[in-house]
Amino acid sequence: MAKDVAVIGVGQTYFVRGYEGSIRELAFEAFREAMQDANLTTKDVDASVFCSAPEYDKQRSPAGVLAEYLGLVPQPTFYVETVCSSSTVGVKIGYSMIKAGLHDIVVVLGFQKMSEITSAESQERMGRGGDIQWEAPFGTMMPAYYALYAQAYLAKNGLTLDDLRDVRVKAATYGQINERAVYRKGVKPEDFDPNNPDAKMAGPVASPLRVGDCCANADGASCIILANAEKAKIFSKKPVWILGIGAASEVVNMASRPDFSKGIQVAKAAANVAYKMAGVGPKDINVAEVHDCFTIAEIMAYEGLGFAPEGDGKQLIREKATYKEGKIPVNVDGGLLSKGHPIGATGGSQIRTIVLQLRDEAGPMQVKDPQIGLNHNIGGVGLYGNVTIFGRD
Amino acid sequence: MGFDKFGRKSFTSFTKTGKFVDLLAEGKVEGTVCKQCGAKYFPPRADCAKCLSKDMDWFELPKKGTLETFTTAMYAPFGFEADAPYTMAVVDFGAGVKAFARLAKDFSDPKIGMDVTVRPLKYDDGQITFEIAKA
Repeated sequence: MAKDVAVIGVGQTYFVRGYEGSIRELAFEAFREAMQDANLTTKDVDASVFCSAPEYDKQRSPAGVLAEYLGLVPQPTFYVETVCSSSTVGVKIGYSMIKAGLHDIVVVLGFQKMSEITSAESQERMGRGGDIQWEAPFGTMMPAYYALYAQAYLAKNGLTLDDLRDVRVKAATYGQINERAVYRKGVKPEDFDPNNPDAKMAGPVASPLRVGDCCANADGASCIILANAEKAKIFSKKPVWILGIGAASEVVNMASRPDFSKGIQVAKAAANVAYKMAGVGPKDINVAEVHDCFTIAEIMAYEGLGFAPEGDGKQLIREKATYKEGKIPVNVDGGLLSKGHPIGATGGSQIRTIVLQLRDEAGPMQVKDPQIGLNHNIGGVGLYGNVTIFGRD
Repeated sequence: MGFDKFGRKSFTSFTKTGKFVDLLAEGKVEGTVCKQCGAKYFPPRADCAKCLSKDMDWFELPKKGTLETFTTAMYAPFGFEADAPYTMAVVDFGAGVKAFARLAKDFSDPKIGMDVTVRPLKYDDGQITFEIAKA
């Protein structure tokens, strides 16, 4: 469990619908907060990595423009993309550059301004994160892709629509106390009742997934500042160390996927690598952020990360084991479901939550005395899997 | 060659597997099989990912598979709105061969595990695709 690279600063904007500013101004907000957190000046930063999903922005090659706006020129900068897991991959690359001795301090900035295009355009672009040659011609979109997994889970693993509903109820429990979340309202079971005319979560989207099973689009940015051990000791009173990093990829086409009732395979593959590198196992994790772009994704994450046996993720939500007081608190910041999912900013936002938890600075969302935290960030429909494990000093 | 005719709306104009569209027009839904190592691919590939051969042949999908999973999309992405709602599904033909497509419009009450088949479908605007029907 080497302590070579630490997170020394974190920042995140409020996640909102329709941010009234440009992407460079959005990025600046998260960057400024992280720089103040780490007590750095721009001269202390050796390199920057910018992360987002392309096609939302009219700006081509955004790294140069953003680096200039953040005052990080002439230091090296570049852009990285793995759709929804872009900024976790950015952190992995920042880690690698520091570990290789190229740089001492690296800024990783994830951003997305989804509101520049309409919801229908957004669905089409996200759908094209799948296979555009063989699948998009059928009219695919993200909720439908995840619904294929959900349907198989309902049929084979004894999962119920009420279990999925309860994942959303949990997310909203914490979205209400996270002032940075886009969805701040509570969600009650009756909000999913199809017989209730006021049920705001019950409308069908892609069967069996309903409105309440889907995360919210949002605009937002996140910033993670990484440093080597020497600089971490100088700049940070509470460095949070990266203990393990795992990543994996999966075939894109649904026709080439293994059994849908066994969940998303990249999470398992990435988790195995991260656990081995960190020298810990699922039982050692005290707080986790998982990629709940849809309620079914959180259930699959429980299994992929080894928090529950394969096919039995439903038990954790039934036992409330993933609530703040449970044995493995998951997404106690509202998750993607309530906090919102500004694609490129999401991984960094998850990592920020874990860092604040491990520094005992998570306010009303604070889990009791966590030592080891984990983030699970999936890009596309289980296309890119990323699991990172963090520990306190 | 002519791959912009594939599906409700194609995002790809050229592919070395463009013959797929011609085969659909002949009433056949075919994948490719590697002449070197025998690996089968559906959707078809022009190149083998297992042995890196470029020497591929066509093979017809089995007549019968089982419905592995499905979803009915109530909303459609940009450009597909007129079709909603429609159901998309995965068919498992066994031996690692599966297909992803829409269910036929008249396909009622889909159930996981039921026997299904795939067949070509021509749209009025000249686009051509394949769909899943009850076996």
